[in-house]
Amino acid sequence: MKKVASIILLWLLLPGLATVVAGELIPVPSFSNHEVPTTEVAPGEWSAWEVVHVVFLFAALVLATLFALVARSRKYLLALCVVSLIWFGFWRGGCICSIGATQNVAQGLCDRGFTIPLSVLAFFLLPLVFTLFFGRTFCAAVCPLGAVQELVAVRNVRVPRWLDHTLGVFPFIYLGAAVLFAATGTAYLICRYDPFVPLFRASGNASMVLIGVCVIVISLFVGRPYCRYLCPYGAILGLLSRVSKWHVRIVPGECINCRLCEDACPYGAIEAPISAEPPEQRARGKRHLAWILLATPGVIAVMAWLGTTWSGPLSRLDFEVRLAEQVKLEEMQQAEATDASDAFRNEGRSPSDLYAEGIKRQQQYARLGGWLGVWIGVVLSAKLVQLSVRRGRSDYRPNQSNCVACGRCFRSCPVELVRLGLIEDVSEKVEEARA
Amino acid sequence: MTPDDKSVDRKSADRRRFLVDAARVSGLAAFSGAIGFLAGRKGHAAESRWQIDPDKCIGCGNCATYCVLDESAVKAVQCFDMCGYCDICTGYFDTNYQEINTAAENLLCPTDSLVRTFVEEKAGQRFYEYTIDLPLCIGCGVCVKGCALMNGSLYLQVMHDRCVDCNECAIAVACPSRAFGRIPAETPYRMKKQALAVVRQKAADPENAKARELLSQVYQS
Repeated sequence: MKKVASIILLWLLLPGLATVVAGELIPVPSFSNHEVPTTEVAPGEWSAWEVVHVVFLFAALVLATLFALVARSRKYLLALCVVSLIWFGFWRGGCICSIGATQNVAQGLCDRGFTIPLSVLAFFLLPLVFTLFFGRTFCAAVCPLGAVQELVAVRNVRVPRWLDHTLGVFPFIYLGAAVLFAATGTAYLICRYDPFVPLFRASGNASMVLIGVCVIVISLFVGRPYCRYLCPYGAILGLLSRVSKWHVRIVPGECINCRLCEDACPYGAIEAPISAEPPEQRARGKRHLAWILLATPGVIAVMAWLGTTWSGPLSRLDFEVRLAEQVKLEEMQQAEATDASDAFRNEGRSPSDLYAEGIKRQQQYARLGGWLGVWIGVVLSAKLVQLSVRRGRSDYRPNQSNCVACGRCFRSCPVELVRLGLIEDVSEKVEEARA
Repeated sequence: MTPDDKSVDRKSADRRRFLVDAARVSGLAAFSGAIGFLAGRKGHAAESRWQIDPDKCIGCGNCATYCVLDESAVKAVQCFDMCGYCDICTGYFDTNYQEINTAAENLLCPTDSLVRTFVEEKAGQRFYEYTIDLPLCIGCGVCVKGCALMNGSLYLQVMHDRCVDCNECAIAVACPSRAFGRIPAETPYRMKKQALAVVRQKAADPENAKARELLSQVYQS
């Protein structure tokens, strides 16, 4: 009986339904003894925390710099690593980090309607400024992503030079792609493929978790794989660190060329001394360099062409392009309707408008793909030039661009041990190592 | 090494040092330029938060599954000022219900988080109030989709006591109707346009502080 009544009621309401569709609502009844409540929403979090995070970032940068450059203590750096990991990683949840902020800055520069909060700007710029003066102390003990890898780097498998150089190009390419997609408002690639955020939050989607597990397993054997071969922010920091004023040193004084630090670095950042080349080799090297410089425009042109040709897959990251393709396929009855295409039809836009927009975007991506190609060409050429320039040096030094100031090499240096008063003379350590 | 070679070496070292210094100074200048440009252009340092535009939301269910949190930050919200207090709520009952009771097969909500309370009977019509038991809600939007058949007073919102504010929201990426966007953090919620009109009217009443409080949380453009 009740059911019949309710069905009748539903039928009575059906004419009402038609009016609902037309934009009019069933009126809110006026009750004799009941007040219609007002919707309540949970208030947002206290945003002053952002200020606290920025202050902590600054403090951590200062401490990391002091520990690496003044105290020269691996122990302190490790302790700071743990603190940063807990604070920025597990507590802050990983967002927003300096690495990801690159994208916000790129979009902020290109998109007039995009606001970039000062805290995000601080997260992006503070480590850059510190690196410009003190090297990559941010990577050493402040970055939570670096901290995870630093703490799990237990085995030290040396990556062959050629592979190290080849993989070392990827952060720059990743940086180019990330900036490009962020600037166009298409996607935040760095965040989408951040391998450690699922760890920080102990949750995440399957692909993120899978990438995360892979990177952590690799980190056990190869030191800091994300920092060295993927991190786009690390690419910028590496460039800045090259011109840093006070970079961390292996030897606190004069290098005695004992070679004991050579194996201390799991990141392949210690460079052995090399002599300047003899004149005839030098001449050959110069010819070599000249050829590379001559070939540079060609490399750039080829990459630009490749970028333009492969812009199809790039453009598919764009929502509008994907939607246009989907609607077209449905029109040709080659695809089932999706939520997105249903939503599009409800919007009332005409498919031809959508196609026009999609094609416009695709052309835009062809241009952008070309620019990405140019960037890749420049990166590759720069790498070749870098490889063909040889500068003599007489002592063991950290490569300023690759060194993350982790401090593992300090205690391997006999000169350092003498400075600390742990041994009387350098020869003690050197002889012990020889034996 | 002849003394001549040494002076050449020193010269080249000096040149290098000069270039490095110049690079550092220009880097600093570039950074301060960027800060000035980015900070100055907006004139204020607004934080922003992710939110769903309920007028665009189609209740597809992605909010329940794509959020990085195990229990989604998105939950259903009831706008009482748009609700018809229907006896047979299409957001509460499955349209293929067997009987009008709370047996699971008759209800839409998979977690029993929509609560139906009798309010009043008037002219043979029974009115019920529908509220959301927030801790149970998983943000699947099934009720939203159902309610859309009638008044559409139920809608989904990102709850800012739960949202961890990812730089790229995983739900926004998966949203089929592009209902997700960033809005200023001072007003981190949205309402349907129709509801906004009603609540504004309510807020005009000087005694209705609650409506004004709601409006102060809602992004109104």
